[in-house]
Amino acid sequence: MASTIRVRAQANGTSTDVQALIQHPMDSGFVKDANGAVIPPHHIETVTFEYGGKVVLHADWGPAVSKDPYVKFSFKGGAKGDPLVVTWVDNLGKTDTVTAKIA
Amino acid sequence: MQPASVSHQASRRTALRLLALLGFTALAGKVQAAAPGWPEQAFQQKTDDDALKLLYGKPMEVSDKVTLDVPEIAENGAVVPVSVSTTLPNVTRITILVPENPSALAASYKLADGAMPSVGCRLKMAKTSNVVAVVESDGRLYSASKEVKVTLGGCGG
Repeated sequence: MASTIRVRAQANGTSTDVQALIQHPMDSGFVKDANGAVIPPHHIETVTFEYGGKVVLHADWGPAVSKDPYVKFSFKGGAKGDPLVVTWVDNLGKTDTVTAKIA
Repeated sequence: MQPASVSHQASRRTALRLLALLGFTALAGKVQAAAPGWPEQAFQQKTDDDALKLLYGKPMEVSDKVTLDVPEIAENGAVVPVSVSTTLPNVTRITILVPENPSALAASYKLADGAMPSVGCRLKMAKTSNVVAVVESDGRLYSASKEVKVTLGGCGG
């Protein structure tokens, strides 16, 4: 299966800009489907970005984060070709991880 | 066909109004396994004050060094771009809250030493509300807030 995570990491000398897009329904548990049944909550709880064996960004997300979440940040260091590991875990215990190469 | 579709719309509207109430009750009684380290309690709080108390438990001050970038008007509350940056030193955590949402806490980012104090993401907003950004710098809390007018709520999906 194709990864649910798309990462763009761009090194620009002193720092690396990271943008990630994750495919996830992010159901809040407040919405009903066409038949009036409540769609149970299903959302990502944590996302981690790991570089050089260290977590550079740890995100705790609630159901208020939009569907197919997007996140952008940057960190000092990072060289072209280095791996950046992105992992998410949702409230149902599902998880996905991807190793991106810094460009 | 015309009258039928009109009444369908009206009942849909009523249903939407109801679902906001029902969703609330359903979530309140739910117990679920959380990811390790996920501050479940804080995410369940309805007000920003309660969520912040659980998350940090210390006072904060408003600071113009915290830059909160949000649209003035959001046409679609399901996708509101929010970004927070700051010139404060040694930032360890950035938290974003939407007090008018069913649960106030939206997202919290823990930053490592090397991370720049700037994050951007997209949030859902139920209705017009302030967006509050809280930055932890050198162990102290600084905040900024801005109102976003929502023309179409993001809780109806």
